[in-house]
Amino acid sequence: MSRFITVAHRRLLDRLWPWLCAASVALSLLMLTALLTLLLVRGLGHFWPASLEEITLRSGDVVAGQAIRETPLPQKIGNERLYFTGNRDIDGASWRWVDVDNIIARTTPADLIRLERAPWGDFIGRLESLEADGQRMMGQAAWDYLAAALALPADQRPTGQLLLTTADGQALSQPLSTTSRALAPNAMSWGQKTRLWGSSVWQFLSEGPRAANTSGGVWPAIFGTVLMVILMSVIVTPFGVLAAIYLNEIAHQNRLTRLVRIGVRNLAGVPSIVYGVFGLGVFVYGIGGTLDTWFFSATLPSPTFGTGGLLWASLTLALLTLPVVIVATEEGLARIPDAQREGAMALGATRLEMLTRVVLPMTVPAMLTGVILAVARAAGEVAPLMLVGVAKLAPQMPVDGEFPYLHLERKFMHLGYHLFDTAFHGEDVQAAMPLVYATALLLVLIVLVLNLTAIFLRHYFRRQRGNEC
Amino acid sequence: MLASFDSAPASQAPVTHFSPEHCALSIDRFNLAYAGKPALRELTLSVPRHRVTAFIGPSGCGKSTLLRAINRLHDLNESVKHSGHIELEGQDIYAPQTNVTELRRRVGMVFQTPNPFPMSIYENVAFGLRLQQRLPKRQRDDIIEWALTSAALWDEVKDRLHRSAWQLSGGQQQRLVIARTLAVQPDVLLLDEPASALDPISTLKIEELIRNLKSQLTLVLVTHNMQQAARVSDYTAFLQDGELVEYGPTDQVFTNPHLQRTENYITGRMT
Repeated sequence: MSRFITVAHRRLLDRLWPWLCAASVALSLLMLTALLTLLLVRGLGHFWPASLEEITLRSGDVVAGQAIRETPLPQKIGNERLYFTGNRDIDGASWRWVDVDNIIARTTPADLIRLERAPWGDFIGRLESLEADGQRMMGQAAWDYLAAALALPADQRPTGQLLLTTADGQALSQPLSTTSRALAPNAMSWGQKTRLWGSSVWQFLSEGPRAANTSGGVWPAIFGTVLMVILMSVIVTPFGVLAAIYLNEIAHQNRLTRLVRIGVRNLAGVPSIVYGVFGLGVFVYGIGGTLDTWFFSATLPSPTFGTGGLLWASLTLALLTLPVVIVATEEGLARIPDAQREGAMALGATRLEMLTRVVLPMTVPAMLTGVILAVARAAGEVAPLMLVGVAKLAPQMPVDGEFPYLHLERKFMHLGYHLFDTAFHGEDVQAAMPLVYATALLLVLIVLVLNLTAIFLRHYFRRQRGNEC
Repeated sequence: MLASFDSAPASQAPVTHFSPEHCALSIDRFNLAYAGKPALRELTLSVPRHRVTAFIGPSGCGKSTLLRAINRLHDLNESVKHSGHIELEGQDIYAPQTNVTELRRRVGMVFQTPNPFPMSIYENVAFGLRLQQRLPKRQRDDIIEWALTSAALWDEVKDRLHRSAWQLSGGQQQRLVIARTLAVQPDVLLLDEPASALDPISTLKIEELIRNLKSQLTLVLVTHNMQQAARVSDYTAFLQDGELVEYGPTDQVFTNPHLQRTENYITGRMT
């Protein structure tokens, strides 16, 4: 009897365990999907020109703004809704919680506009008139003139003065020169909104940040991230490959080699901030400081290389990712059958010829795998960069038209750090939150694109070696 | 060509010698040890020119080790120690002044599993040539055609010379490897069980090729397959435990061996 139960028990277990494995996969997929969906919705949704509402409260107040979200009030006495109202210069805050039960009228008038301004952030209200070129325009004429003026590049815009009123009737005079964008989302069709959404996304990708990173774009950060990762790959690949060749092809396989190998593998597990400290101490203060006293003593005490910069950040990350490249390349070298090596040697090839003509071409996919992993790790790394060269706001791009074009000593912006800075150090964190999501999405996308490029290259080389030549 | 035959006591086989003008390789009291473990002991043997010599013997008897020693492939392994001499056309291949890469060009080697490089058929055959000299393309093409024809592969691959060598069948790959070796015009071709990974038809093609190639060069064949040794070789050496047991013309070794040990192995009574 007991034997029968055991068999049933075993069968049950045998039916269950694949489900356990499947559940683990499903959970991982679910988390990944949830992550990407959150980033997509919150990040890309931010750029959609949402409707502006004008609400009248029981108290008689009139408020204009964009409804963000609704939460239940304590003791379940109704809901509370958050509005983005802008106008921080007038109201002292750009957010307002409104008790839903207090709203007696809710409309979306077509003449409500939203202005993006340099100080004080967004304005939401109505455009009364516009004074420019010595004339005063009203209504639609003023709006058309404003749209035409803002379409011009910033340095060619006419000077003028906007006369605005808020929803509760307060007047405001705003110079045209401090305005960067004007929208009337309630008057726009779906097509116009979609086009505007596209151009907003493009602006986010192609422009520099404004208002202490809480608005504007992230182009310098994208550029800095990609440039740093490329420099890092250029440094780490030859070093890692040469080290792997030494360990696998040249060194005698004895206890010391094994020890070195274990050491290399363990380096991959050292916390990244430790590499940051090392980079700061050795690269920035040690090597950079010495370079300054030798070559840039004219500008001392202000440091040139003796402070964090692109070169030191790339070197630090190269050090961080070196074990990954070594391990992957070594595994690739170990997979190549000795018959290939002996075949080349038996034909009269020297060891160098054997390596460069037969072994290394076959190892290219493995090397690329190593570089892929290195890139994926480096692109997302923030902690060590804070010590060795990343900046909240870099005044100059690391590449420009000025000799020597690539400025290795300059500080640079990085998406990871930009995200951190936007999320925690802005003056209006609530307003910057969508940008945090958008930046996070972008960071994921960049890592994805870099990975896909390397995967494509790996398959290309594999195919070239294996089938077509 | 066969110079002397001694009638010897039953514990010792008669020694087969070739006069120096007929001798491509001569091995003289050669010893080799892996990490202190002897693999070849006092081996003395000479290989006649333009003939096929087969090394037979049980696994681990040292026949492949001997073959690799002739190509100096043991150089890469630090733990291998050797003593004695191997002479190729009268020159000691282990002498300090020997150019190892030139030696390996003169002594080609084909391994058990086909090992074409991951490149096109053409590039595989051109590999050794490119290491030696820069040739005009026409001349190189001619040598490649000649090498592939010699290896009985030209007709099968002439339309796809620039396709990957890895797309060929196992037997074609092995003939490609032979062609690759022939292209650098070696004096001696060492074959380490060249057909053991192939199907019977490919094996027959390789055997026919070996018989045809002896007009061009000297061949040394290591095989586990007794019938193969009997079919293709002119001389056969039987090795056991790193020692040469018996060496003589193949007909004689297979039909009328001098020693009981040899007969036991050939007839399969080996314990």
